[in-house]
Amino acid sequence: MSEKFLLDDNGIKRFLVTINVNGIDYTKMVKANTLLASFLRDDLDLTGTKRGCELGDCGSCTVLVDGKPMNSCLILALEADHKKIVTIEGVSTTDDLDIVQEKFLEFGAIQCGYCSPGMIMSAKALLMRNPHPTYEEIADGIAGNLCRCSGYINIIRAILSASGQEVENY
Amino acid sequence: MADERENVGKIYAPRPYNVIGKSKPRIDGREKATGAGKYCGDLKMPNMLYGKLLQSPYAHAKILSIDTSEALKIPGVIDVITAKDVPDLKYGISPARWDENILCIEKVLFVGDKVAAVACLDEETCYKALQAIKVEYEPLKPVLDYRTAMDEDMPQIHAEYERNINTEIHQKFGDPDEVFKNAYHVRTDTFVGQRTYQSPIEPHSAISYWKEGKLTVWSSTQTVHYFQTYIARQFGLKLGDVRVIRPLIGGAFGGKLEPTGLEFCSAILSRRTGRPVKMFYDRHEMFAHNRGRHQGTYEITTGVDETGKILGVRCNFLLDGGAYTSLGIATAYYSGGLLTLTYDFENYEFNLRRMYTNLPACGAQRGHGAPQPKYAFESHLNNVAEDLGMDPIELRKRNTRKADTITINGFGIQSCHLDECIDKIVEVTDWEKKRKEGMPKNIGLGMATGSFVSGAGYPIVRSDYPHSSCMIRVNEDGTSATLYSMSVDIGQGSDTAYCQMAAEAMGYRYENMKIVAGDTETTPLDFGAYSSRQTLMGGWACKRAGEEIKSKILETAGFMLNLPPEDLICEDAKIWSRSRPKVEPLTFEEVAKKYFIIKGPLVGTGVYSPPRLGGYYKGAAVATSPAYSFCAQAAEVAVDEETGQVDILHAWDVHDAGQIINPNLMKGQVHGAFAMGFSESVYEQVLFDENGKLINPDLTNYRLITAKDMCKFDNYLIDATDEVAGPWGVKEVGEGANNPTMGAIRNAIMDAAGVSVSSLPITAEKVWRALKEKKAAEKAAAGKD
Repeated sequence: MSEKFLLDDNGIKRFLVTINVNGIDYTKMVKANTLLASFLRDDLDLTGTKRGCELGDCGSCTVLVDGKPMNSCLILALEADHKKIVTIEGVSTTDDLDIVQEKFLEFGAIQCGYCSPGMIMSAKALLMRNPHPTYEEIADGIAGNLCRCSGYINIIRAILSASGQEVENY
Repeated sequence: MADERENVGKIYAPRPYNVIGKSKPRIDGREKATGAGKYCGDLKMPNMLYGKLLQSPYAHAKILSIDTSEALKIPGVIDVITAKDVPDLKYGISPARWDENILCIEKVLFVGDKVAAVACLDEETCYKALQAIKVEYEPLKPVLDYRTAMDEDMPQIHAEYERNINTEIHQKFGDPDEVFKNAYHVRTDTFVGQRTYQSPIEPHSAISYWKEGKLTVWSSTQTVHYFQTYIARQFGLKLGDVRVIRPLIGGAFGGKLEPTGLEFCSAILSRRTGRPVKMFYDRHEMFAHNRGRHQGTYEITTGVDETGKILGVRCNFLLDGGAYTSLGIATAYYSGGLLTLTYDFENYEFNLRRMYTNLPACGAQRGHGAPQPKYAFESHLNNVAEDLGMDPIELRKRNTRKADTITINGFGIQSCHLDECIDKIVEVTDWEKKRKEGMPKNIGLGMATGSFVSGAGYPIVRSDYPHSSCMIRVNEDGTSATLYSMSVDIGQGSDTAYCQMAAEAMGYRYENMKIVAGDTETTPLDFGAYSSRQTLMGGWACKRAGEEIKSKILETAGFMLNLPPEDLICEDAKIWSRSRPKVEPLTFEEVAKKYFIIKGPLVGTGVYSPPRLGGYYKGAAVATSPAYSFCAQAAEVAVDEETGQVDILHAWDVHDAGQIINPNLMKGQVHGAFAMGFSESVYEQVLFDENGKLINPDLTNYRLITAKDMCKFDNYLIDATDEVAGPWGVKEVGEGANNPTMGAIRNAIMDAAGVSVSSLPITAEKVWRALKEKKAAEKAAAGKD
């Protein structure tokens, strides 16, 4: 945890943290209770990471923390000090989409889109640790990401296809 | 007749359609996939304040006093408002039942009712401010059980509504009681539905900015038109001075259909502070605001002859409406109104009471009023079939709705392929073999039918406006065209479908379409996303606007080619001559550019008003529609005898949805509608404690299905585009696919376990208890022998 802090007039500590987000180091003052999700959205304006429930139930705020998928609403910005974060904005830094994003579009896996960033981050993490997952392994891998629109079918098909497996598209 | 394009050569191979009927990528897909798209909660404005609502801790209480002075002393608190600071005009869906205030005046009516609002420099300060507002309440006895809400000793929630009856319906067509007297078999069943919540993943939020007499509201709404109307009315503003804009919407399902305290209070706070004010719900507050599916008790009596022909049906329904009318008056009429769609019978009686209780108000959740009564009816019909010793499919086939008929309650049906849907279900489920040879122990198969409106026949706000209109503007050099429409894409994909339909009608390319939608200032009227209306109603507007563009293009091209416009065809952004196929085709772009040079902006407009629909009795307007979709669904389930756990193994949907504009989007709608029905069948229920407080207002304890729960699912379409009331023969799909689900699953569980659980959700505990009772009864019977 950052030892560098200042006390404000009310005696509240403000910590200096350096968090690497999508390859760039950001050095900012945060409060002890600032959530990583808020840090990303409010301090860095990276609003692709969504607020859905703020209790770790819905998975909309999933980001990669040192390569692992985590709910950024359950992590303090302070805990992310000197960690590497990848958000949806960092999945593809060029104009070309990442294969997972591409397949989400192709397979109609995006409807309202609110769960999509978190879902894509979970899918990325899954494919990193298991490049050829089965249907069931994919369902397991995204079980922490709730989607109210899709019934998950097209999402799982998109991830299967992103992993290079043959999936029939309509 | 030979195809008129035959001569043109292989480049223009004849195809039925160039743009519709194809899985074009979503127009908003890329921004959603990259996180670049902005939802209301993502928007930030210079100088913006953050606001929250103070919610009532009591289900029913008098407000004695509110002291905001301590809250105002907190640094960062800019403003606090209570009822005295806002208009006291009541609002709601129906002028006859305007019963809700922006902030509560004398009484709070449920835990979560709106008491005050704060505007602060940041979100954290809002919570401190809310805690510092001192409200003195005198708690009153709450009415928490809708089944006893009418009792004499119950307190009256609204002064104008005696015995807490919000809505009472008595409709009678023919005389069911009379036919029951001579019927071969008459059976009555009662089923109970639970309260569910839409649970869109995006929480509601709104930003208001009121300056120089004009109010702009960005809101997560399904209908900017309805919001604009009610916001203007509350504040006495002209419609032209209220601009409502929808950013991206993260799901709605009926839960974002009416303005909330967020829009109204942020507007007032903005006027008072001169700054933009953003207000939002957290997940708990979403559950408290609610407006989800009504819970209800559904008693249904059916009389049949010896062949299974339904002679008459009588329904006595009781709904828990919660504290306000919300959209519940429509829900109430839909509950019984839609039951006549899939089966044809001549005698029907529908009685209903919608009760006020001190619980969050219920409203319009996907399928609006219909899914629970349909679950009850489909479950009941299986019981009737069993009494008759008939296969449930045979009973249904004996009674199916046919094309070009009128329901007993006055809904005109043109296209209807329900028989084919059921036949296909029989085929794909291997129904007959499984029924004849039996299935493995504890595995069962069930089915049900469904139907839904393709757009409400009457407007959500009383007016004689057309229901949909739009405008297309082709840009100066013809390389793009922008469609302007007040429609709302809540995730279903209407922006994409509208662009496909417009491009098809224009003879243009989808890839060159842009859309500006859901903004009351820049787009022409479209009522928005509810009652599965946009593809049909907005589709007509897109088609007509596109055809106007096409006729202008043909006229200009005729001038350019020295050929009569009637000789020309415009398709896939190419214009060529029928009579002189060797003449080099013109491009849409060059013709559009020429038009602009000669005449100025190339614009087409389109409009749609439904014809007069329905009968002349009280409530005849609700559930009317230009066209109805039909479907059949089946589910195969396994029931664990030890635990009562229900596992849905496989499900099938066969749909008569007319012409499909985008197969991928259609599948998404069917999957999602079924998944929601699945979730409601076995998991979901909003629970309250003995004081009316929410027990499970979060997404762990209010259980939605996850990717691990979803079953194998196949959906099929009936290839029919004969619906004359829809452009290209389109009909709805997104709500109809949720109509049969709960009944199909219940019937499958009944088939698997041999026990009937007559209330939703069909939890493991309920099945376990029913199995235990069945075993005890069997044991007792064996003991007697």
